[in-house]
Amino acid sequence: MDFLTVLISRANYWAYIILMMIGLYAMIAKNNLVKKIVGMSIFQTAVILFYVSIGAKQGATIPILLHGHAPETGGNLAHAATGHGTAAVQAVNYINPLPHVLMLTAIVVGVATLGVALALAIKVYKEYGTLEENEINQRLRRG
Amino acid sequence: MVNTLPALVIIVPLLAALVVAAAGFINKRACFPIAVGALSVSFLGAAALLVRVVNTGVAIEYRFAGWAAPMGIVYVIDHLSALVLVVITAVALVNLVSSKQTIDREFKDKEGAFLSLYVLFTAGLIGMTATGDAFNLYVLLEIASLSGYALIGLGKTRAPLATLNYLFLGTIGATFYLLGVGYLYIATGSLNMADLAAILPGMQNSGIVLFAFIIMLSGLFVKMALFPVHGWLPGAYSQSSSAAAGLIAPLTTKVTVYIMVRICLNLFSVDYTFHHLNAGDILVWVAIATIVFGSLSALAQTDYKKMLTYIIIAEVGYMVGGFFLGNRMGMSGAILHIVNDAVMTLCLFMAAGIFLWKTGTEERGDLKGLFGSMPFTMAGFVLAGLSIIGVPPTCGFFSKWYLVSGGIAAGQYAFVAALIFSSLINAVLFFRLFEISYFEPFADHHHGSDKSAGHGGAGAVIREAPMAMLVPFLFVSIMLLVLGIYSGRIVTNIIHFAIPAGVI
Amino acid sequence: MKLIGKLTIFLCGTLLIVFANKFPDFGDPHSPAATHLSPYFIEHTMADTSVPNIVTSVLADYRGYDTMFETTVILAAGLACFFLLRLPEEEEKEIYFRHVPTGVTIRIEECGAAPEDSEVFQRIDSQWVPCDIIIRSTSRLLIPFIQIFALYVVAHGHHSPGGGFQGGVVLGAAVILFAISHNLRTTVAKIGEKSAAIMSAAGVFIYAGTGALCLVLGESFLNYGALAPILGTDRVMARSHGILIVEIGVALAVMSVMIWIYYNLSSAGKQDEGL
Repeated sequence: MDFLTVLISRANYWAYIILMMIGLYAMIAKNNLVKKIVGMSIFQTAVILFYVSIGAKQGATIPILLHGHAPETGGNLAHAATGHGTAAVQAVNYINPLPHVLMLTAIVVGVATLGVALALAIKVYKEYGTLEENEINQRLRRG
Repeated sequence: MVNTLPALVIIVPLLAALVVAAAGFINKRACFPIAVGALSVSFLGAAALLVRVVNTGVAIEYRFAGWAAPMGIVYVIDHLSALVLVVITAVALVNLVSSKQTIDREFKDKEGAFLSLYVLFTAGLIGMTATGDAFNLYVLLEIASLSGYALIGLGKTRAPLATLNYLFLGTIGATFYLLGVGYLYIATGSLNMADLAAILPGMQNSGIVLFAFIIMLSGLFVKMALFPVHGWLPGAYSQSSSAAAGLIAPLTTKVTVYIMVRICLNLFSVDYTFHHLNAGDILVWVAIATIVFGSLSALAQTDYKKMLTYIIIAEVGYMVGGFFLGNRMGMSGAILHIVNDAVMTLCLFMAAGIFLWKTGTEERGDLKGLFGSMPFTMAGFVLAGLSIIGVPPTCGFFSKWYLVSGGIAAGQYAFVAALIFSSLINAVLFFRLFEISYFEPFADHHHGSDKSAGHGGAGAVIREAPMAMLVPFLFVSIMLLVLGIYSGRIVTNIIHFAIPAGVI
Repeated sequence: MKLIGKLTIFLCGTLLIVFANKFPDFGDPHSPAATHLSPYFIEHTMADTSVPNIVTSVLADYRGYDTMFETTVILAAGLACFFLLRLPEEEEKEIYFRHVPTGVTIRIEECGAAPEDSEVFQRIDSQWVPCDIIIRSTSRLLIPFIQIFALYVVAHGHHSPGGGFQGGVVLGAAVILFAISHNLRTTVAKIGEKSAAIMSAAGVFIYAGTGALCLVLGESFLNYGALAPILGTDRVMARSHGILIVEIGVALAVMSVMIWIYYNLSSAGKQDEGL
């Protein structure tokens, strides 16, 4: 496999790594607390992107069964006619639903963390009158 | 009934937390009894589970929603998790009972929210301990973390800033863990721990599994405040209110250590962790660095609550180092130390809560004369101090004994040296506190300064802490002795079965 | 700090890129993730739960226990924002009124002497902007439709993308739109903080209570099949209905927590004036 194929066939992983590093950098190196919170959000979103991209399957559709059974084509018709509509469902035709479920949870956790982080930032602002870390540290040193 | 116990242990606190959250807006008086009742039920359930597991010797599995292991989510209660469950519920219950007055004073009009978050935090830890599903663990970890941020965030003036730092690092840790679960999922397609443990031995050479191991452990190291990434802990814990500190300081780091043990032993297997990767050597050195750093920093503090937080960091080093020694002695010591350290830390933070209640500050110098005015509290405090130092027959001695023997058996003399060094430092720290609180008023006397009331000496008036705080505190300090006396039995009956048979 | 940041990023990034080389390609149908566990869900969802949307059936049934705690996480966030930010109400130092006929703004420091909020004396925010009739009317028109759409999203989660979380967020957004287009005081007067808090606890309680009911009926927690005698259907349909019940609980919880968090965050805990 040459370099370009690897680059293209795994574009999802490169995208998530880049996003994750942007978020991590913002969390570590930024001075402003709200920018750090934004970085945290990007950081969590990167993982969500990673998981959702695991679920993808080539040639498959969204994981919702139309009318409760597989599309009626050729060989599947026989099953549908006998009343076992579910027997015709082929896993290859539908993308993996599990990562989507997991990421619904992770999105909710991300929102919750964001809410608490913003609440804390408001408290910090009330206390020190600024959100810049170096100014807060100066104020702390002065007592 | 017995079969539903694993569910009840967590469902009862969860439902109670919801009721308390609503009751906080309707009838504030109902909140406290409901919370205590739920945690008592949970504690009894955990104790019953432990008894059952010890008697039958078989792990109990509970299937949520009725689905079997890889499809649904299961709880697995074995010797290790039952033991940790009992510790979690007991610590949460005792601390809650003792801090009724503190909660009423510090969180006026918000008792409902505080108690609800308190119970949710406990429920999160219980779930983390009992779960057999790698992703479910992440969800419960976040419940415990979020309620923990809230509990810590409303403390002294610097608390919000310290908590925000904790939140950033905690989120990095949890997200790394989640990423590790994702890597395992991409490699195996499964999320259930038992299922993963069955698949992973076949792919020991996979780079993805290696990276999953690395990133999951680094996430947990952030959460448990191991040496290079410990920065959030001292600020967050020392700034929090005493009711919250008494819950969070004893439990968070220990449960995270338990998760690490569970992941290394039951998910990746002993063979992979110790023989294939040989992760033990490096991590023991990290643990040694943590112990030395924690002890030295503790020496530099004049605020005793801050001193305690650095001791917690050193104790994390004990447990991580002991576990990664990789022999039965070391692992037994590490697991026994999870139990003992939870109780010791609880005792010390309860003492700190009582001192704060009485003196109003957390400076070391303000402990003067407390032996005279609060003899029972100080007796308990001395016991806790001796236990942290590791004086027999308190429980701290026995876990240290196992850790030191494990270190010698593994040939890690640096670890043994670090343990002894840390014990000596703890001796220095606590004897200085004892000295201040016992002798200082006499020093006053010599200098001829004025005799204020509440001074030590013969005429001192005994003004103990309120009974509701004192009785649980004395109970915990006596537990230090009881645990010490029974630690042999705990090791042979429970911990022995928690360590896989392959470990010598 | 910047240097440490760059070093960490470089290290982490390199590690991630090195190990990502071992991954299966994007969309590979033969990767372990696509072949080990997920085919079971796709092939058995109809037989087990009679829900065609596989994400919904996995979310609320196979892994319903996770989702219950996910809802609890949201509640914990609401409680945390309340706990951290909420200030006692009597700490109001000064309030502003506008005398409508003359357009004069009055600042009142002793709140006891404040006039009633009426046609003549209008209570305003400290940074007052004239009310915008276009924004108010448009959002008034839009809100009912947004709410109906949200109910559709909740109810139709079985057959199309949607469900409790999505619907709940849309419901919450409708109320927040109202708060932004009018003002926070009007909204708090309509949906008080107390009712938002009780509704959010009640929403999670519907979820956990359904699970506990299954436990009481003698089956494992959250096994909706146990509800079949109560709902008057067979076990498979009972699972489908059970999912709907918990989705409604989730929607209630998410909606009220969103509102509750908005109240506390937008006014920094005072709940007198928002964005």
